[in-house]
Amino acid sequence: MSQYELAVILGMTAVTFLIRYSFFALGDKVQFPPLVKRALRYVPVAVLTAIVVPMVLLPDGRHWQLDWRNAWLLGALVSAFIAWRFNHLLAAMGGGMAVFFLWRWLLA
Amino acid sequence: MTTTFHPTRHGELLQGARDSLPMLAGAAPFGIIFGTLAGPSGLSLLGAMGMSLFVFAGSSQFIALTLLSGGAGLAVIVFTTFVVNLRHALYSATLLPHVASLGQRWRIPLAFWLTDETFAVVQHRYGAADASPLKHWYHLGSSLAMYGNWIVWTLVGVLLGRSFEGLDKLGLEFAMVATFTGIVVSLLKTRPMVAAAITAGAVALLARDMPYKLGLLLAALAGVVVGVLLEGRTATEEAQA
Repeated sequence: MSQYELAVILGMTAVTFLIRYSFFALGDKVQFPPLVKRALRYVPVAVLTAIVVPMVLLPDGRHWQLDWRNAWLLGALVSAFIAWRFNHLLAAMGGGMAVFFLWRWLLA
Repeated sequence: MTTTFHPTRHGELLQGARDSLPMLAGAAPFGIIFGTLAGPSGLSLLGAMGMSLFVFAGSSQFIALTLLSGGAGLAVIVFTTFVVNLRHALYSATLLPHVASLGQRWRIPLAFWLTDETFAVVQHRYGAADASPLKHWYHLGSSLAMYGNWIVWTLVGVLLGRSFEGLDKLGLEFAMVATFTGIVVSLLKTRPMVAAAITAGAVALLARDMPYKLGLLLAALAGVVVGVLLEGRTATEEAQA
């Protein structure tokens, strides 16, 4: 294991544990200010969308691929549709992945 | 979820593990995929196992792989982990009343093992009507089950990745895309939330060439700011109406 890897793991471990332990350690003494609480609710949507959108629209990381041959885009759209229509996360994962792999196989 | 069992330490422990079964099944493919993709992303066998053993936070581990293979800097990876895992602070705050009476030798490990899945499972148990003083054993049972599960499937993934060439070319990362897409869509219940998503997506595209993957953080920040501002405005309009 390289030093860089070790540093990454140590850093990730430290911040993750500190977050999880924050309130268990402090007890009732500390409260989130309302603005922070409000901001926290937007964090998952903002982070996850920021990760997914470039992966889906530029699958190779460099070129736009905005057509029906893009399995990433098609699979993500299927996942989104299932999640929106049926509100079922496992089905959204499974359905999206099935279409993604089927499409890659068909176009290969 | 069943709640009719003898409230003994062992009973609670086992029930916690048993009630986590669907979560264990859901996490298994992610453990495998994480382990499989670790090598091609530049993480050694020890590094992959170390991450699952010590960080123990699936989505941030996946994102770390993406960042590592994209050549991100240490600070960006650690800060992104911080942002992605911030939601755990909310879980920590929510569960505090139930663990406040326990000593640190309970609180420290339960905090270390706090995941989305265990949070969801134990919240039910802590909220159940019976006044069992042993509910933290249930919490421990769910935690240990999730932890063991994650480590075992990571190892399976690492071994698979080393045994079969080209597994990383299959597009297994799409599992992450499918999951994140599903999570995001299920959260898009209000207009500010939709605006936050659109903003974050657009900024992520515009800033995608920034060094060290800083564009991701900028996009997340922009999304959060837009969401909070819009929510504030909607609230003001409603108050005036």
